[in-house]
Amino acid sequence: MTTRKRFPLPLNIQDGVVDMAHGSGGRAMAQLIDQLFIKHLDNRLLRQGNDQACFSVAAGRMVMSTDGHVISPLFFPGGDIGSLAIHGTVNDVAMSGAQPLYLAAGFILEEGFPLVDLERVVISMAAAAKAAEVAVVTGDTKVVERGKGDGIFITTTGVGRVPDGVNISGDLAQPGDAILLSGTLGDHGVAVMSSRENLEFETQIESDSAALHTLVADMVAAVPSIHCLRDPTRGGLATTLNELALQSQVGMRLEERAIPVQPAVSAACELLGLDPLYIANEGKLIAICPAEKAAQLLAVMRAHPLGQQAAIIGNVVEDPNSFVQMETAFGGSRIVDWLAGEQLPRIC
Amino acid sequence: MKYIDEFRQRELAQKLAASIQQEADHDRQYNLMEFCGGHTHAIFRYGVQDLMPANLTFVHGPGCPVCVLPIGRIDNAIQLLEQHNVILCTYGDMLRVPASGRKSLLKAKATGADVRMVYSTQDALKIAHNNPDRQVVFFAIGFETTTPPTAVAIKQAEKQGLKNFSVFCNHVLTPAAIQSILDSPEVRDIGSVSIDGFFGPSHVSTIIGSRPYEFFAKSFQRPVVIAGFEPLDVMQSALMLIRQLNQGRHEVENEYTRVVTREGNLKAQSLVAEVFEVRRVFEWRGLGMVPNSALQIKPRFADFDAELRFQLPAIQASDIKGCECPSILRGIKKPTDCKLFGTICTPENPMGSCMVSSEGSCAAYWSYGRFRQPENKTDREGVAV
Repeated sequence: MTTRKRFPLPLNIQDGVVDMAHGSGGRAMAQLIDQLFIKHLDNRLLRQGNDQACFSVAAGRMVMSTDGHVISPLFFPGGDIGSLAIHGTVNDVAMSGAQPLYLAAGFILEEGFPLVDLERVVISMAAAAKAAEVAVVTGDTKVVERGKGDGIFITTTGVGRVPDGVNISGDLAQPGDAILLSGTLGDHGVAVMSSRENLEFETQIESDSAALHTLVADMVAAVPSIHCLRDPTRGGLATTLNELALQSQVGMRLEERAIPVQPAVSAACELLGLDPLYIANEGKLIAICPAEKAAQLLAVMRAHPLGQQAAIIGNVVEDPNSFVQMETAFGGSRIVDWLAGEQLPRIC
Repeated sequence: MKYIDEFRQRELAQKLAASIQQEADHDRQYNLMEFCGGHTHAIFRYGVQDLMPANLTFVHGPGCPVCVLPIGRIDNAIQLLEQHNVILCTYGDMLRVPASGRKSLLKAKATGADVRMVYSTQDALKIAHNNPDRQVVFFAIGFETTTPPTAVAIKQAEKQGLKNFSVFCNHVLTPAAIQSILDSPEVRDIGSVSIDGFFGPSHVSTIIGSRPYEFFAKSFQRPVVIAGFEPLDVMQSALMLIRQLNQGRHEVENEYTRVVTREGNLKAQSLVAEVFEVRRVFEWRGLGMVPNSALQIKPRFADFDAELRFQLPAIQASDIKGCECPSILRGIKKPTDCKLFGTICTPENPMGSCMVSSEGSCAAYWSYGRFRQPENKTDREGVAV
């Protein structure tokens, strides 16, 4: 490569900031792409420098998914917007049972955003992509004027291939099916909240942000008849189960005692007047499968590092109202409703 | 979680439920009002109703701070934003409460008003420090529990010479409101609602003690049990109320002895007395004008009173037509008696204040309990994702 010749002065990452020229399509943009994005996300397809990535695919069913990432703060315990942008889309692809193959990334940068932060984000993306063995093969960069963005927004798109014989969709839950959850709830949301400027409570909780496709691969290999998979991100477990109940026109009954929540997360929620069932997760999944396969699926999940605390948390029932109901740990029952608006702390 | 899980134990709940079943007189009805929204929330969230005998009814009272605030006061807050261009600091619950003209603080924020959600009065002071060129108003609401922190903030602002900070005071008083409910014609004369006893809000009593209830327990002959907010507290308190009623007693008893004393927190009381004085009259949503039921900032701290600084007018605004919040807040009607409930009024699109906060009885009914309704209204058409 002849980087030095193309750009006489190297990119000043330590003190530089994003300026409008970085999105202009000119030499400054080429330098940013070359010395920051390609440098870290490096792979054969990206290096070709085309406006698209060209690759061959095997015959079969492909899936495609896209996810925009906006988060404040950009860096939080256990992750950052970069790793999140990889995990979010890998997981969305994987929730069809597919193995993710390639990713595309679109960056919207705000004028004035420090290059040192941008590099930190891109290094984190590169590490997450490498760990997941899914390459970012094409991308795009735009710059908006100061005040018109929130530092950085990242949209990632992924494609993947579904193994033969697997048919997973949110509308396939059947009365009698078992509902499984891969681990503890609320870690991501509470970790992010704990680092927000106006909260700042001290906690050891880290985001659970993780790529779930290897867990999914083990699960579909063992139980190809899984009916639904979904990751309970925004809106938490409660909202995700309501989506599935509505799509499948069924009801659900949960057992609160079976739902794993870390004590520190419970305590933070208690303090803030929030409910862990509604808090976002970035490294958990819900699986719905025929009851007779539930024990086998649970064993497979628990054998994977990302599913060690997996549990069977309830079952699917017939219900024309598509209610998600829960037997409380206390011994009563209640509805677990959709999240309304944003979860707001109570006054007293 | 230590000190919390102990009060949510299933086995103890079952034992208590058995005692209640055994001691409750099956030939009578027990209508017990939980004044405070915190209890309403606990009852629904843990499904306490399922563990109660059929002849025990929880009547949900008006003790939800956002529910009882009259629309006019929220209109005032929006005036502060739109006409005086202030930074308005508020607790999160207030954001979605509907004001006149289908506005709310959240909608005002979306159109450019500077509304900041805070978790404490200290955050509001910090915002005032960091924005010396802007007027910063703290939208103070809540019962006796949230009043001392507001008093502290006003005193700190004075000490620090903060010229750009003021408080829009909407603090209200619990005992006056309970008295107003028992005084209302529906309860007193017509007898259409009988409220046999009260769960007293324990967080309020951490500040004011249990003593302020002694007067009306005696004069209205209704038992009061100061009840903690964990589900076992609610059940234990229900048992204590049942025992009092069975024995014909009407005393103030304290279930929440781990925190509440008869005298309360004297330091907090003196702090509040130093900064606030009782308003001659204050409008409550649902209860109307209630004498001596709220606090205002004393003249000595007038510099920090947003009502004076911005000369806020008294606004009389009416509720949305058909909204039954006023009757629901007094325990005269149930959320399901309201035509708007679950039709055009849902937590996503609240028409009345009881649908806003998770402490509001409509929101609690809708979010936690609507499977109990025979007609099972669903939200299938109105889903907002």
